[in-house]
Amino acid sequence: MKEIVVIIGGGIAGLEAATQLLKLGYSPIIIEKNDRLGGHVARWNRLFPDMTPAKDIVDDLIASSKDANIFLNTEISFVNRLKDSYNVMLSNGISINSRFILYTTGFRLFEAQKKEEYGYGVYNQVLTNADLENWFNTDKDKRISGKDIRKIGFVHCVGSRDEKARNSQCSKVCCITAIKQAIEMKEKFPESEVFCFYMDLRLFGKKFEDFYTKAQRDHGIHFIRGRVSEVSENINGQVIVKAEDTLAGKPLKVTLDLLVLMSGMVCNPDSTKAASMLHLPIDSDGFLQSSDNVFHITSSPRKGIYYAGACTGPKTVPETLAEARSAVLDIHSEITAGKK
Amino acid sequence: MSIFGFRISPSSAMNLDTIDRSRFEELCRIEPDAARCMSCGACSATCPASEFSGMSVRKVLLCLQRGKEEEAFRMMNNCMLCGKCTMVCPRGINTRHLILSICRIYDKEDKR
Repeated sequence: MKEIVVIIGGGIAGLEAATQLLKLGYSPIIIEKNDRLGGHVARWNRLFPDMTPAKDIVDDLIASSKDANIFLNTEISFVNRLKDSYNVMLSNGISINSRFILYTTGFRLFEAQKKEEYGYGVYNQVLTNADLENWFNTDKDKRISGKDIRKIGFVHCVGSRDEKARNSQCSKVCCITAIKQAIEMKEKFPESEVFCFYMDLRLFGKKFEDFYTKAQRDHGIHFIRGRVSEVSENINGQVIVKAEDTLAGKPLKVTLDLLVLMSGMVCNPDSTKAASMLHLPIDSDGFLQSSDNVFHITSSPRKGIYYAGACTGPKTVPETLAEARSAVLDIHSEITAGKK
Repeated sequence: MSIFGFRISPSSAMNLDTIDRSRFEELCRIEPDAARCMSCGACSATCPASEFSGMSVRKVLLCLQRGKEEEAFRMMNNCMLCGKCTMVCPRGINTRHLILSICRIYDKEDKR
């Protein structure tokens, strides 16, 4: 009988892990709480740095993992530890016995309305990175479609590197996402002026720096070092942004037609809940704690439990996919070692 | 305005709504690298005129972008065109050439 592996979460990490497990001849079971697969990536439009359509990646992953057992609209009711395996009880009443559980529970986007001073949910013309991607996908957003947009602002680090918001971690991808979205907006509204308000630009990945210089040189996007302190609205419904230009050492004010907040990645409460059923340790940042942050990022301290993707901290898409493959290899090694 | 024995200093806040960026845009057309400065400060640190006069290519570029042209010209008066900043710029901006272009564009405007 084929070895069963339970995968919690049908985002890109779960789908990639299922794909690899199928290739190795195992029987993966994906448990997804929503009614569709692909997680956050399925809601995105294009991915940095090559502008790959997110849909292509998700469609490929769904196609390659179609032979897995997939339960949509399903949650984990409880998990019991047996002698050398786990009993997973699903909300649809199905019970699964397996020696391996792979957590690919991912992250949550920071709720931007918590940063009240930025006015999300208060002022009409303030939206989030996710709202903007939704507009790229659907072309339906009354705040943008058919409007005369001349000035656009992007606020980096919304809910990231923010101890008061209880998220001291850097969300890693927002700097590059802001630059990507700034370029996309500049392409859609060539006459507009685009401002990025940042604390540091953390462009660590391959081709990210090229993207930054392209934004500066070819698209004339203005980068202003300084955290936005407050946002208000004028009588025309535009938003007025106040910040300090910390390079000039002077306060600065600008009126914008659209303000995009780069909501960061925060820990997923569902992932914490699923982890608590097996008393798995939670790190100080709220994400799941790997057994080691250098050598064993995909291992938990408990036998047979593995992690992949953003459930252990903010990750890019290629990092998440690589971790999914890595976790599958760990599981494969443990299975084959047991057979000897 | 010192009737009451005190004066109110003007606000130092920069209003990006009112500044005229047309000359900076013209500069970027001739010198596209002007927009690529990442404000690392290597130019200011190496500038032999900087410690005596406050000259800094980084600040000049920032001032021009934020509409503080007078301040930029004051700094640029102290530039000796030695080219040390060109040597240290990590983005490979030809700062010496850039300074000459700034002089050409902004000088032309002033003569009108």
